[in-house]
Amino acid sequence: MADVLKRVPVREQDPMVRAGNFEEVCYGYNKEEAMEEAARCLNCKNAKCILGCPVAINIPGFISKVKEGDMEGAYKVIGESSALPAICGRVCPQESQCECKCIRGIKGDPVSIGKLERFVADYALEHDIKPEKAEKMNGRKVAVIGSGPSGLTCAGDLAKLGYEVTVFEALHELGGVLVYGIPEFRLPKEKVVKKEIEKVRELGVKFETNVVIGKSTTIDQLMEEEDFEAVFIGSGAGLPMFMGIPGETANGVFSANEYLTRSNLMKAFDENYDTPIAAGKKVAVIGGGNVAMDAARTALRLGAEVHIVYRRSEAELPARVEEVHHAKEEGVIFNLLTNPTEILVDENGWVKGMKVIRMELGEPDASGRRRPVAIPDSEFEMELDTVIMSLGTSPNPLIASTTEGLETNRRKCIVAEEENGQTSKAAVYAGGDAVTGAATVILAMGAGKAGAKGIHEYLSKK
Amino acid sequence: MYRIIKAEQLNANIYLMVVEAPRVARHCEPGQFVIVKIDEAGERIPLTICDYDRKAGTVTIVFQPVGASTKKFAKLKTGDAFRDFTGPLGCPSEFVKEDIEDLKRKKILFVGGGVGAAPVYPQVKWLKEHDVDADVIIGSKNKELLILEKEMEAVAGRYYPCTDDGSYGHAGMVTTMIEELVEQGNTYDVCIAIGPMIMMKFVCLLTKKLNIPTIVSMNPIMVDGTGMCGACRLLVGGEVKFACVDGPEFDGHLVDFENAMKRQQMYKSEEGRAMLKLQEGDTHHGGCGNCGGEK
Repeated sequence: MADVLKRVPVREQDPMVRAGNFEEVCYGYNKEEAMEEAARCLNCKNAKCILGCPVAINIPGFISKVKEGDMEGAYKVIGESSALPAICGRVCPQESQCECKCIRGIKGDPVSIGKLERFVADYALEHDIKPEKAEKMNGRKVAVIGSGPSGLTCAGDLAKLGYEVTVFEALHELGGVLVYGIPEFRLPKEKVVKKEIEKVRELGVKFETNVVIGKSTTIDQLMEEEDFEAVFIGSGAGLPMFMGIPGETANGVFSANEYLTRSNLMKAFDENYDTPIAAGKKVAVIGGGNVAMDAARTALRLGAEVHIVYRRSEAELPARVEEVHHAKEEGVIFNLLTNPTEILVDENGWVKGMKVIRMELGEPDASGRRRPVAIPDSEFEMELDTVIMSLGTSPNPLIASTTEGLETNRRKCIVAEEENGQTSKAAVYAGGDAVTGAATVILAMGAGKAGAKGIHEYLSKK
Repeated sequence: MYRIIKAEQLNANIYLMVVEAPRVARHCEPGQFVIVKIDEAGERIPLTICDYDRKAGTVTIVFQPVGASTKKFAKLKTGDAFRDFTGPLGCPSEFVKEDIEDLKRKKILFVGGGVGAAPVYPQVKWLKEHDVDADVIIGSKNKELLILEKEMEAVAGRYYPCTDDGSYGHAGMVTTMIEELVEQGNTYDVCIAIGPMIMMKFVCLLTKKLNIPTIVSMNPIMVDGTGMCGACRLLVGGEVKFACVDGPEFDGHLVDFENAMKRQQMYKSEEGRAMLKLQEGDTHHGGCGNCGGEK
């Protein structure tokens, strides 16, 4: 018997090999490994891990099924709370949600909840285990805007309750950030995302791509002309932010959104696709979040030397620990406590370098993190051909500006109640990044669930 | 799928297609654009809307094959289909929201260059339908390359074709035609110029001197076209603007054309192509505008 204090290690692609390909980094558990890891769960009566999960999956419940080898049973337990477990098992920040609450973690490693969830979900995909459908559709139409994590979750939950749901997606592919944002090596598109979306379709959800709400039609028109009784807005984050330093419109400066969209959604890394990407030879990614790690690891796989340039220290990196660890293993260079002041441009308008200044940490700011302060006279130059700005996004104005009576806050995010997604406009609910600003997949899913509950309560009373 | 109900080659370089896209046809206004993708592997290509028929649910696009994707578009025939056709995107032309009586008092001058005649057409047509007559200058290299003549003549107040080689209409650039009209005593309250960036730049230099407020329609590189990627950013009055959601029309006297042209050359100029090929290495596979989609 293995040491119960240690988690069963998960197999991964060798860092030196994977730095050159787009295959998934983590292989996940097999059945034996999963059952061995599941055996470490103490099945706490008052399970703290459930409180850490934004969609409150019955974690000890599904793990005890895995322990017994009843994977279909385990999938059903997860399915009560989550529509997209193969995705969450891969991209959730478990270390700061369920796993950090695990009693096992006090003395040793917490149970590998994320890897177990992934195993169960992948088992269900491989064995074609279907989610449970509504017994009867109720004929009432609900529109969901956006096919990202919040929209898919909301649509799935409402379909299970018997609503006729249509999801409208602005892009040509379904999945939102799961497709355009998160890279293939972290979340395989054909093997995982497409199949999870198929499961939502099997619940009776209809999808329409290439519909930009606010342009192709409006929320009011959906309700007045197409008989939708309620609408959920899960339109996601929006316009990329830039620093406002000289040289930012030079050729070779990209937003992380553009770089990742070219590689992920348009599959520029695959020579069978037409969209090009200026991969770069020496790339700096500005920022320290998950998106910055994704952009850096993508550029690395396209053959570049890659630097993460971040103004605070390693402890403040907002990215998941696992992503930072993977990036380092693969050879991404971290230039911490460093902040760009100017992008240097050659005579043809292309990036040739970047002027940066060293920083030190001062007093904590409003976010509680220590504020970085520039060290006088510490400027130096980095030689680069590509700069990727990964500084977050500001909300897309298309829906708010075309929907009368929809309140937004001073950051231009849609205002919605946390517990039910209700907005200032009757019959209109919202959740995910469109409400919170850029956050995680699982928080968006939690908001999608809340929105489905809110819409169901509203329509049940109507 | 979005079926092509008419495909026509207008001349050696320019193609016209009428595409079934009911949602776009119902909601589009002059000044807006669509994003078109031919198949699974294709690029998302932004194209201006040339005409629309709300009843029939169709949208007309006009394009000039320059990159790998638009060259593939040109091979499509009546009855074929695009995989994706999204829109309408961008903001409608400003005059669409203006008071009609105010508009009727205005003297409006349109200047179109090359394939830029296509986005000019629905604007002039819209004005004609609202009893506003506008003057229209359309420039092209020669008579053969002039497009939509019959259509334009039918909706323009006065129509002035120009050819660089003097083979038809006014001999010379569109800017010399503007000068001539102003010298003849014409005054204009606004000029709307759509065409190659270099043309728009020179029109703006002239109209600034002549004190005619000028609107231009920018066509930078785009990926999603919905305000997500930031590829289409421009400097307008020193501020960063996204052509896809803030535009595509901007105050031409505030646009930084030097910067916009350099950015557009990223995929179009000789240096740009060379640079991309170098940077892309093995991943270079078309879309640069000249390699013909070489693999």
